[in-house]
Amino acid sequence: MNWHDHLPAFLVMIPLLGAFLTPFAASFGKTARNAFFMLFMALTLVVGMLLCTATFDGGVLVYVMGGENFSLTLPSGMSYPVRILFEIDAFGSLLIFCISFAAFAGALFSIQYMDRFSGWKRFMSLYFLMTTGALGMSATGDLFNFFVFVEISSIASFGLVAFWRDKPESLEASFKYMLISQVAAMLLLIAIGSLYGKYNALNMGALSSMLRSGTLERVSLALILSVLAFKCGAFPMHTWMPDAYAEAPSGVTCLLVTVSQASFYGLIRVCYTIFPAVTQGGTVGWILIALGCMSMFFGVMMAVVQHEIKRLMGYHSISQVGYMLLAMGVGLLALSDGNSNGTVAAYGLTAMKGGLFHVVNYSFYKGLLFLCAGALYYATGTRDLDKMGGLARSMPWTAGMFAVAAAAISGLPPFNGFVSKWMIYESSFAVHPLLPAVAMITSVLTLASFAKVFQAAFLGPSKAKLVAVREVPYGMLAGMAILTVMTLLLTLFPGWFMDNFFENAARALLDRQGYIRAVLGGM
Amino acid sequence: MTDTIVDTPSDFAGNAAYVLVAFLVIMALYSILTQKNLIKICIGIAVLGSSVNFFLVLLGYRQGGGIPVYYLAGAKKTMVLPTPQCLTLTAIVIALATTALMLSLVILIHKHYGTLNVDEIRRLRG
Repeated sequence: MNWHDHLPAFLVMIPLLGAFLTPFAASFGKTARNAFFMLFMALTLVVGMLLCTATFDGGVLVYVMGGENFSLTLPSGMSYPVRILFEIDAFGSLLIFCISFAAFAGALFSIQYMDRFSGWKRFMSLYFLMTTGALGMSATGDLFNFFVFVEISSIASFGLVAFWRDKPESLEASFKYMLISQVAAMLLLIAIGSLYGKYNALNMGALSSMLRSGTLERVSLALILSVLAFKCGAFPMHTWMPDAYAEAPSGVTCLLVTVSQASFYGLIRVCYTIFPAVTQGGTVGWILIALGCMSMFFGVMMAVVQHEIKRLMGYHSISQVGYMLLAMGVGLLALSDGNSNGTVAAYGLTAMKGGLFHVVNYSFYKGLLFLCAGALYYATGTRDLDKMGGLARSMPWTAGMFAVAAAAISGLPPFNGFVSKWMIYESSFAVHPLLPAVAMITSVLTLASFAKVFQAAFLGPSKAKLVAVREVPYGMLAGMAILTVMTLLLTLFPGWFMDNFFENAARALLDRQGYIRAVLGGM
Repeated sequence: MTDTIVDTPSDFAGNAAYVLVAFLVIMALYSILTQKNLIKICIGIAVLGSSVNFFLVLLGYRQGGGIPVYYLAGAKKTMVLPTPQCLTLTAIVIALATTALMLSLVILIHKHYGTLNVDEIRRLRG
């Protein structure tokens, strides 16, 4: 028995414990409260990193909850697992990597950002719960458990979006998000229930090994796909996203970005691991590609006309999610070209690696952009770009980090955004030449839009109202600096990350038999 | 209880319950999509949650099944499935939490906007 074996349990246990210990810790005063918050966030980050190192060599970690033995997947001679279990492979730990980093950076940023507001206890508890939900989504091996974690992170995020409850806009954004999200969650539960009714299993590996193509499966897949595409903000279901992202406190938005990535993880896991019997035909691949192209194009078109900095970034999130959907759709098409035993055409593997690279890039630079927007709001008290100007002189650090993030999201070489986008262009060209064309137009418009933001906020003459503006406190800069450093590391060593992270994650995603075997034993 | 795939009941009584679930889901979606009053929309969400719970319980029902506790079931060897009941309990708690949160948001929205009509609550645009 080794404490290392219990890492998957610690992953959700630590933030969950943090959520409920918060009121207790807060009674010892402000310093104790902040120290407690950062300590538990740091512990979560450490556990996340340890899990990454344990799985990036291709291993699959399985942890059974509530059993007599944490590694016994099939108790008392059952042929299918009945207990809730966690199953973490390299693809899951990629998401855990993003979530734990973004959560830590957002927390560090929030300590001073939220200092002048009341309700800290509730903020911290909800922040912990949202982290728990997102980490659980990427760790669980059980469909119903996935639903529960989706709900944990959603309910916490409703509360956090409406955190400034004296502002009518944030209440409205939260209600809108909650309404659509609840309908979606119930549809997800119907789909999961139907699958259970037919196959008597909720475990992803077990379902994957049994699932055959049929009408019920197609309907379930359609429901799950539309729900998770909604949760990650794909085009026709995107309306909640700019509202919620703009109205939530910035540290929270940074985490919300990765929560939507956890939904994206669910979407990809469902398509690649559970439903290959249905996605084999290539239709689902084309659906993802179509969703991706629409999200990219319309997202950026709506972003270009915005004047409010966080709304603008919210619309850019839609178009960035489009890139990942496009990449994964191309991967799925390539998979249906090859045979079902995990061999895939070369362009498909490139697309998947590019898509996964983009997931990580997006989590870091988008989180950084939202934190920079939060810093601007903190310093100037406005989110309207027309009321800002010349801030580079008074806020040099924020300006510098914003420039890094903006260059990365616009895909300027040599930044990391360029590398992942290039892989997506290259591989989608093999499917249809129009796809990279749409992606490149989107990239150019993204660049135009961020050039506008940078020019409006940081360059030009100083506004008379903004002469008293000073750089934001060090705590906030530190939160932003973490994400800047990660973005720069991804920029400087894309090859190392590619070989050690994304290659393994893509292979883990393709290795469906390995995922099933980890639960069901030798099959 | 076996872990093989069990047929769902195929007689009329069994199917009628599924028809009721479908009716409830459609009714709930209809009210969410067409109603203008926030409270009525919340009722729609609550009905949707209940109908999904009903669906889950129904999935686990086996004709003439007893309670799924081995030493309390008596001579009966057919039992209803316990898993959907656990799922339902979890889903009920989640639905309760969201309904409570949603209604508290409605209260706050009413305080700020002075109305419950969705058409008048539109400050976020573009």
